[in-house]
Amino acid sequence: MPAVSKGDGMRGLAVFISDIRNCKSKEAEIKRINKELANIRSKFKGDKALDGYSKKKYVCKLLFIFLLGHDIDFGHMEAVNLLSSNKYTEKQIGYLFISVLVNSNSELIRLINNAIKNDLSSRNPTFMCLALHCIANVGSREMAEAFASEIPRILVAGDTMDSVKQSAALCLLRLYKTSPDLVLMGEWTSRVVHLLNDQHMGVVTAAISLITCLSQKNPDEFKTCVSLAVSRLSRIVSSASTDLQDYTYYFVPAPWLSCKLLRLLQCYPPPEDGAVKGRLVECLETILNKAQEPPKSKKVQHSNAKNAILFEAISLIIHYDSEPNLLVRACNQLGQFLQHRETNLRYLALESMCTLASSEFSHEAVKTHIETVINALKTERDVSVRQRAADLLYAMCDRSNAKQIVAEMLSYLETADYSIREEMVLKVAILAEKYAVDYSWYVDTILNLIRIAGDYVSEEVWYRVIQIVINRDDVQGYAAKTVFEALQAPACHENMVKVGGYILGEFGNLIAGDPRSSPLVQFNLLHSKFHLCSVPTRALLLSAYIKFINLFPETKSTIQEVLRSDSQIRNSDVELQQRAVEYLKLSSIASTDVLATVLEEMPPFPERESSILAKLKKKKGPGAVSVSELEEGKREGGELNGGSDRGADTAAMAASNASTPSPQADLLGLRSTAPVGSAAPSAGSLLVDVFSEAGPATPSAAVNDDGFLRFVCKNNGVLFENQLLQIGIKSEYRQNLGRMYLFYGNKTSVQFASFTTTVSCPGDLQSHILYMQEHFVEPLVEGGAQVQQVLNIECLTDFCDAPLLNIKFRYGGALQNLTLKLPVTINKFFQPTEMASHDFFQRWKQLSQPQQEAQKIFKANHSMDTEVLKAKLLGLGTALLDNVDPNPENYVCAGVIQTKNQQVGCLLRLEPNAQAQVLSHTHTHTHTHTHTNLYSCL
Amino acid sequence: MQFMLLFSRQGKLRLQKWYVPLSDKEKKKITRELVQTVLARKPKMCSFLEWRDLKIVYKRYASLYFCCAIEDQDNELITLEIIHRYVELLDKYFGSVCELDIIFNFEKAYFILDEFLLGGEAQETSKKNVLKAIEQADLLQENIDFQMRLFAGNFGGKPNNPCCSIRSVALDVNSPPQGQQKQHPSNINTDFEVTGLLFSLISQPSCLK
Repeated sequence: MPAVSKGDGMRGLAVFISDIRNCKSKEAEIKRINKELANIRSKFKGDKALDGYSKKKYVCKLLFIFLLGHDIDFGHMEAVNLLSSNKYTEKQIGYLFISVLVNSNSELIRLINNAIKNDLSSRNPTFMCLALHCIANVGSREMAEAFASEIPRILVAGDTMDSVKQSAALCLLRLYKTSPDLVLMGEWTSRVVHLLNDQHMGVVTAAISLITCLSQKNPDEFKTCVSLAVSRLSRIVSSASTDLQDYTYYFVPAPWLSCKLLRLLQCYPPPEDGAVKGRLVECLETILNKAQEPPKSKKVQHSNAKNAILFEAISLIIHYDSEPNLLVRACNQLGQFLQHRETNLRYLALESMCTLASSEFSHEAVKTHIETVINALKTERDVSVRQRAADLLYAMCDRSNAKQIVAEMLSYLETADYSIREEMVLKVAILAEKYAVDYSWYVDTILNLIRIAGDYVSEEVWYRVIQIVINRDDVQGYAAKTVFEALQAPACHENMVKVGGYILGEFGNLIAGDPRSSPLVQFNLLHSKFHLCSVPTRALLLSAYIKFINLFPETKSTIQEVLRSDSQIRNSDVELQQRAVEYLKLSSIASTDVLATVLEEMPPFPERESSILAKLKKKKGPGAVSVSELEEGKREGGELNGGSDRGADTAAMAASNASTPSPQADLLGLRSTAPVGSAAPSAGSLLVDVFSEAGPATPSAAVNDDGFLRFVCKNNGVLFENQLLQIGIKSEYRQNLGRMYLFYGNKTSVQFASFTTTVSCPGDLQSHILYMQEHFVEPLVEGGAQVQQVLNIECLTDFCDAPLLNIKFRYGGALQNLTLKLPVTINKFFQPTEMASHDFFQRWKQLSQPQQEAQKIFKANHSMDTEVLKAKLLGLGTALLDNVDPNPENYVCAGVIQTKNQQVGCLLRLEPNAQAQVLSHTHTHTHTHTHTNLYSCL
Repeated sequence: MQFMLLFSRQGKLRLQKWYVPLSDKEKKKITRELVQTVLARKPKMCSFLEWRDLKIVYKRYASLYFCCAIEDQDNELITLEIIHRYVELLDKYFGSVCELDIIFNFEKAYFILDEFLLGGEAQETSKKNVLKAIEQADLLQENIDFQMRLFAGNFGGKPNNPCCSIRSVALDVNSPPQGQQKQHPSNINTDFEVTGLLFSLISQPSCLK
């Protein structure tokens, strides 16, 4: 193989690159670049037509400048020109520039597409590949529109060269990822699947990526690939290391293809056909056996390739989760890797074992490695490996080993890396709650957690311990005693003070009998921390003090004195000052009875999902390994929270709540907004739910009703569209019932997360129409995907406002919030009524009482084209009656609005005149405001 | 695979390939963040790390870091070998490749990558086949060059191939032996970066373990 700079050296480019590299400073580099840019610009703008070589050279220089991290805003056109050059390297550089620099919504796409089209039809395989590479690199929707139907043809055609087939397969994959709706395999499906049988290994390697992706989306259509994949895999696995020639990599036959085959099989359940399944199990066993054989080479590439296949096979075994024998073998193999000298293998073994731990067949086998894993947590030098070890400990935890694992995690926390502490804290808190047999252990664990890693104990963790202590009366005394002891440490974390303040304020009486923790001692202990704490904690402590006054009247004077001191009652912080003033007043004027009612012990919290769990889930994302495990934990953990039906208590609490001077008085700031904290105030919620997505940070988007008016006279169409999202509507109405299909299309190629939609009825609309959401949308909307939602609507009485649809989702981290008016208008419930002229005017006259009649003159905004107007009136839902009115210029309509409670007949006349003014005249039954509502539609 | 980045020990980006549509701003942000993270890691640490919702697989070859971002269900070890195969391809093509080769012939590095990986998936894993494709393309150019020179009548008349003389030298000696520092056509090593650019990527002890 000859060395460097083959084919086409570009002297100018090499000199330029050298110049840049010789620059002594960033400034010099920028100067040199600007000089070059000016030069290129003048060349491109100059009168002299540039030859292909120069054009190529300059485009290449621009590319280099771009890759250095500078913005390039010209030269695109020259690059596009290069595409149609008949010199290969010019074409190639043109394509490269476009692949790197042209983003998918460029205006040049049409020109580029033309060049691609020419190259695709050139029948020159090298040119075809270049064009296909370009499509795969840019992958824009316009390209998909232009080529998505052409490429499958190239892919399966008998006379296509292998290299072109390979490019075509992956090109199609890219287009399918960006615009799945445009890539329709249909008739090609079976021929594409049969590419798995192709003689050329490269074609199979490329095609399998496409097939895997398509199978994930349409498993049924592609299910024939299972048996083909198994037989291909079996042939590779049983082949000698030299059989596959250049597809053997460091003595491992076709490692990439093997991994992909195993990955494809993970899209399907175990094969039903016994023979196929037998063959597959054989393959998996062979792979596991090979892992035990001595290596054929000492090179790391050999072991990596071999183990890549092994890990993929183990993933498949875990995916099937039905072969206990294989699962246990997999577990043993991973166990060996746990002590391997390669860090990479230890990392992967820990990771893979995490999923094995959740299988009932291998859970016990995984547990046998607990000591090794604990050791890894203590001794691994790489934080990412330690993180995996912590994950695995969490996954293998059950009742039998919870105390050991929690203890190990706690002791690890003392020295743990800052980056993983928060997650570790959450995990310890969850495990402690989930597997608590006695609650004193639970309380000890959490208090230890606060002691060791107080800074990383988020609010939800200490909220949770308080919830549990409040809900379990058997642990309250113990909690009070322990927290009292913990507070005696000279330096204790502020979170400890919070828990201490809350618990002693509620249950301090349970330990007051002991002279070592008499009320005054308790108070002095708490108050000794007061000055070191932040404002929210101080606020909480003030509330604890007023609770003390209720619990222990003997502390009243001491506490009143504290409240009365300037540092409290004149505190510059409004919240603290208000509390001090109000509590002082409350304690001096209220009778003991009132005080006792106001400052009653907190009622149990209603059961809800553990906030900690919610937080961990959010941290880990929905795809986290052990989410299902967690859910289970939640159910188990439920019992911790005690009773289920607490309605009465809640009501009582609400009442006591109302009688307090400050809404926060007896709540210690827990139930409403944390006094100064930044948590979201969730009105009506009994406990601050800091996790609810709908924080106040969300700017409430203005109602968008652009699309709304267009739907007055039609039922289907696009309601809303922007860069990200398209919302289409299809609706049908029958009598007083309607059904609306909403289609949400993700126009980007990025997933929308936390996608939620809510329909609300503003004002008193609720009493006029009923809606029912039938299908809730999935919280994840894949890039390019469309999801559907069905809404059932019932009209109870006539109405004016339209319901609002609110859509929230995360697009690349940013919360998007959108509110739209749903096009549900009163006229949708019209039933057209045909009637003759005589009937019409008879009824018209009958309905002539003032409240039954309304008229309005308005200016037509659009031209008064008869046909258009007619179509609109029909679209309104009424029957258009011809030959009724003596004046042929007038339009006469009749219909009945169907609501649940009654039917309202409507007669309508439009009398347009030459000045484009319209007199509209309606007569209806009884309801005055029906007129208004109808007019708003008109 | 979502993207591949090649950067030097000094954090200079040498090659970037994105298989998912992202804005330039986002690309720069990701690059900055990842280069920093990877460079901060110590030599013996494992080659994988979790980053956002992706997995990062990286490996250092002499002065260059090769860094790939893969999705959750993708295989880390095989990705590591994708990197290695790419290095092998570069090495074979350039003849004991070094960082400087990739700087001066960045377009070739892209072409080889496109033959090997397309849309983030392996297109052709056979070394022979990939190099054959590249060679064919080069041949196409050689022929054209040759014709042009014939018609132009003078060898160095057109400044379109400054390196041809050096190339022929390399051809004569049948490519330099591995591990040696190469004579590079534009080897003016006075830039403000640290040296190491001329070390052959693949014969460094760091990757022989």
